[in-house]
Amino acid sequence: MSVRHALLALLSEGPKYGLQLRQEFESRTGEVWPLNVGQVYTTLQRLERDGFVESEGTGGPQNVFSITQEGADELAVWLRTPPDVLPPPRDELVMKVLVAASVPGVDVPELLQVHRRHAVEAMQQYTHVKGETAEDDVVLGLVIDAELFRIEGIVRWIDAADARLKHLTASPPLTRAPRLGRVRLGSKR
Amino acid sequence: MNAVIELRRVSKVYGSGATEVHALREVDLSVQVGELVAVMGPSGSGKSTLLTIAGTLEEPTSGEVVIGDRTLAGLSRNDRARLRRRSIGYVFQDFNLLPGLTAVENVALPLELDGVRVRAAHAAALDVLSRLGLAERATRFPDELSGGESQRVAIARAVVGERRLLLADEPTGALDSASGETVMRMLRSACRDGVAGVVVTHDAQLASWADRVVFLRDGRVVDQTARRSGPESLLVPGGKP
Repeated sequence: MSVRHALLALLSEGPKYGLQLRQEFESRTGEVWPLNVGQVYTTLQRLERDGFVESEGTGGPQNVFSITQEGADELAVWLRTPPDVLPPPRDELVMKVLVAASVPGVDVPELLQVHRRHAVEAMQQYTHVKGETAEDDVVLGLVIDAELFRIEGIVRWIDAADARLKHLTASPPLTRAPRLGRVRLGSKR
Repeated sequence: MNAVIELRRVSKVYGSGATEVHALREVDLSVQVGELVAVMGPSGSGKSTLLTIAGTLEEPTSGEVVIGDRTLAGLSRNDRARLRRRSIGYVFQDFNLLPGLTAVENVALPLELDGVRVRAAHAAALDVLSRLGLAERATRFPDELSGGESQRVAIARAVVGERRLLLADEPTGALDSASGETVMRMLRSACRDGVAGVVVTHDAQLASWADRVVFLRDGRVVDQTARRSGPESLLVPGGKP
């Protein structure tokens, strides 16, 4: 989540105080992404340094921030820039499962179930928040759905891994390092 | 404890000898009034068998099924059928509404089959449909309802009368995500109104509506989630998943 651009978006509605920005950010994301005051002011300072916002006032909480034309342009470009959908170079869960599959004596299906349960419990918490909210609260629905689909992706990967690794139970453990490094999919990293 | 249904060391074996299949192995499951439990597992894990045994449509090979305060093993065929009609409601993936009956007639049907007079059955059906926000659709036929509305009528039919156990098999499988969400909200609210619900699914999003998720694998319960903690755990450091 780009706090920087979320703050620019809020300022595009008109000048605001730092504390006000924090409250509006949290209420619009259904408080799913908490933000501390320090983060808000540090981000505002950087935005001001880059010429994207300007402030008026005596400093501290009394300062009112407004977006500049450069800030508005930056926001417009960011909104249209596709997010980086390529995976991070090392996914922690994938690494754990690869390691588990090569360590003798590890019950891999049981390990996968532990991770599946954690993921489903996280989904239950988000769904509970959604269930307690009015069905027409579109903003909160969008935020929570994003988290639910992300975690559901993890559960589906675990299910697929479970099915694949069934073959390993009757054969020797995985000893060769995976060759992912040789098939980079145009990663910028 | 107010368990509506209890499975005690329930096993189910199909076939014998070389073709023997252990569909369920010593499954324990208890669901309380007001609780929605999801049973999650891959194909072939025993989910459907569990649901048909919980619904008294099949008998276990060993173990006990207790519904309310009645142990099924001691019941005659007729008593079992009566218990099924009066206490258990089913929700299927493809709704299973009768096409020649309106929504309210579909919902009233189980009561009428159980001997309730038509007028009283219709009043009870209308009451449930109203509580589920479907009063204005009561006189529509199934082919005039959307998929989401059809499934909500099916839920009304499943909870009408004195039913206290609602069993659902992939209830959102045929619906888009928005209709599926409306159906799950309703299922959850039906449970909170005093019904025990069991949903079987392979879908984690659907399962996440449940208070508790039980994981089935190769016919065994291998794990379950903790009873859901409050939403505040999302908002404290370290609580965010």
